[in-house]
Amino acid sequence: MAGEIYKKPMALAAMATVTILIGSIATMAYPMLRADMHPKLDALKPFTALQLAGRDVYQREGCNNCHTQVIRPLPTEVARYGDFSKAGEFAYDHPFLWGSKRTGPDLAREGGLRPDKWQYDHFANPQAFFARSNMPKYGWLKGRMLDADEATAHLAALATFHPELKPDAAAVKAQLAGKDELDALVAYMQWLGHAVPRRQGGAVDLALQNPLAGQVAAVVKGKALFEEKCSACHGDEAKGNEGVAPSLLDDVFLEAKGDLPDGAYFALIAQGSDVKKALERPGYKDGGMPAFGGELPKEDIWAIVSWLRNQKAHEASEGHHDDKEEHK
Amino acid sequence: MASDYKYDDQTIQGFILSSLVWGVVGILVGLLISVQLWAPAANFAPYLTYGRLRVVHTNGLAFGLGLGVVFPLFFYIVTRLSGRPLAFPRLARAQLWIFNVAIAAAAISLFMGYTQSNEYAELEWPLDVGVVILWVIFAVNVFATLLKRKDAQMYVSLWYIIATVVAIAVLYIVNNLSIPAGLMKSYHLFAGVNSANVEWWYGHNAVGFLFTTPFLAMFFYFMPKALNLPLFSHRLSILSFWSLVFGYLWTGAHHLVYTPVPDWLQTLGIVFTLFLIAPSWGSVINGYYTVGADWSKMKTNYLAKFFILAITFYGLQTVQGPTQSIRVISQLIHATDWVPGHVHMGTMGWVTLTACASIYYVIPKIYGTTIWSEKVANIHFWLVLVGQLLFSVTMWITGIQQGAMWKATNADGTLKYTFVESLVKNYPYWHTRTLAGIIFTVGMLFFIYNVLMTIKKGKALQASTPAAA
Repeated sequence: MAGEIYKKPMALAAMATVTILIGSIATMAYPMLRADMHPKLDALKPFTALQLAGRDVYQREGCNNCHTQVIRPLPTEVARYGDFSKAGEFAYDHPFLWGSKRTGPDLAREGGLRPDKWQYDHFANPQAFFARSNMPKYGWLKGRMLDADEATAHLAALATFHPELKPDAAAVKAQLAGKDELDALVAYMQWLGHAVPRRQGGAVDLALQNPLAGQVAAVVKGKALFEEKCSACHGDEAKGNEGVAPSLLDDVFLEAKGDLPDGAYFALIAQGSDVKKALERPGYKDGGMPAFGGELPKEDIWAIVSWLRNQKAHEASEGHHDDKEEHK
Repeated sequence: MASDYKYDDQTIQGFILSSLVWGVVGILVGLLISVQLWAPAANFAPYLTYGRLRVVHTNGLAFGLGLGVVFPLFFYIVTRLSGRPLAFPRLARAQLWIFNVAIAAAAISLFMGYTQSNEYAELEWPLDVGVVILWVIFAVNVFATLLKRKDAQMYVSLWYIIATVVAIAVLYIVNNLSIPAGLMKSYHLFAGVNSANVEWWYGHNAVGFLFTTPFLAMFFYFMPKALNLPLFSHRLSILSFWSLVFGYLWTGAHHLVYTPVPDWLQTLGIVFTLFLIAPSWGSVINGYYTVGADWSKMKTNYLAKFFILAITFYGLQTVQGPTQSIRVISQLIHATDWVPGHVHMGTMGWVTLTACASIYYVIPKIYGTTIWSEKVANIHFWLVLVGQLLFSVTMWITGIQQGAMWKATNADGTLKYTFVESLVKNYPYWHTRTLAGIIFTVGMLFFIYNVLMTIKKGKALQASTPAAA
């Protein structure tokens, strides 16, 4: 009896079909019926026309071939990229864009991590930020204007699943007026990961004193560290980069006059822009300082503070008249 | 041969030659993107950037070369084992044309950036419709021919062929379900974690039913034929076949270890992946013991080493894969270069060696002659072997290095390396990878030359002998 099936092609085909359907139903079809495959975080915002257009560009250019968008719940991964990914963050992702290869870093928490200007400049020339980066240049997206009709059709297709995405053609047209593909891509970058609040680090302790203050070795080490980690945004001499990151040598700190104590420097480097509130200073709008506490040990952060203090003192003694000229 | 019919070998040869053309395109694109990894200036926007080309490489080789080889060799095996010509030879000829038009359209659409972004299911929906039509035409011919066969008993290769035909249909249709948003744009029917789960159910089984079952069908047909040795065990074939076909479909979630996909799905995927070692090695053992009946074939028959190395890489691949799926290993190597290293051992080792050996067997048979040059075949063998090993081993080392650098921490728990530091360390290995790719490519050019010269030899032979009645 059992051997008969090897004489009947159609029966064998039927039996093979049943055999492959068992695993398919158990691991693919059945899970779809469960609520845990369709979660949605309350904080998750639907795409705007511009953000969706950016996602379309991201798909078209195959960014997902080099960048993942999913952070695993491993301590080092959370330290590097931010809080691990939650199932409810991806309700609007048709399809998911988690990728499978990290030739470049994960982008799941890219939104709000850096100012728009950084994104534009980095897309135009990644090697200006990371000399040995292998990312292709994407400045050519600039000036390729978005098509409002296409964007409306794309939103309308997604509205099949998500009524809240139903587009208003006039509003889409207004939103995309004058916008190009690079604008859209940057808008999408800033959308990524917004549904999960950035991890708040420890409290800001303004009374902290730099334990390495006055040590020449710390200044030397700080200079090297600054060049490696900070100069891409703040410039080689810490004099800033218009629209990307401010000068660290002038009198203005977080867009308000007056210096801050060591503890504030430490907190900003360790925890990034998230401490702006605690310091009650505005900083760049939507900025932009990443947290380095995950990758730099305390003494390295203090070394950078030492070097910055040293530079500042140096600038003050020399006077910065010529400097101001350059900056205008 | 005293037959009352003629096999339509022109279509088979047409498919093989087409697949070789697409194979060359896919391999050359592969070389270019390997250079782009270490030389970003080698990206030429918009059409020739890494992001667009990687999918041209994978699709070109999986569908252009892979399917291009599967179609004719399935036709060959089905007709020979049935003792009948194809039921619809004209339909097969039409399929050859549709196939080439479809692959050309697919390549152009991917260059233009039309993609659904799901790995190995990138083609946009109008092309998906074309692929389904192509598959139906193919299935009709396979089944109609099988139903008219002379021998009642079906050999193991036919089971694998039948399973391939039905499984690919189910997988391809389900994962490509999407809502069109324009002529060349659509959105996956499934969202987020569900989309991920469907995609990798498809993605892993595309490996299973495009790179495993069809090539097992070829292996178990052409290896005993070429070496003139009987298959070691039919019972082992039965066991391997059903457990492989049953187990494969459960394993997709091993691509999603540590993602937000529910843990129970991940665990189920891992467990079944480990289970798959058994049927995979059932085939490996069957292969070894078949040649084991007379190991001197390794010396006397130039194809023996192709088949033995192929099944050896299949065996290594099917142990390495399950190892990777375990959580503690996945932690280290997931999303690193280890994974392309793994994939390339399967494709450049198992798949390519099996396909080449099968073609070396088929082409001379069509003309009733022998291979043009065994010496060239041997040069081809050693070049692709060295190229593949250098490629895979290099990628494994890079992958472990990347994974280790990403996980390295200082004494106080902070990260030891920035991402760019881990990237820069890849460059020497990526240079080596390009070199390995060049060696492999040269090997494949020897292969293609040998095939073309054999055809030339066969045609000359045909012209010199009066047409048989």
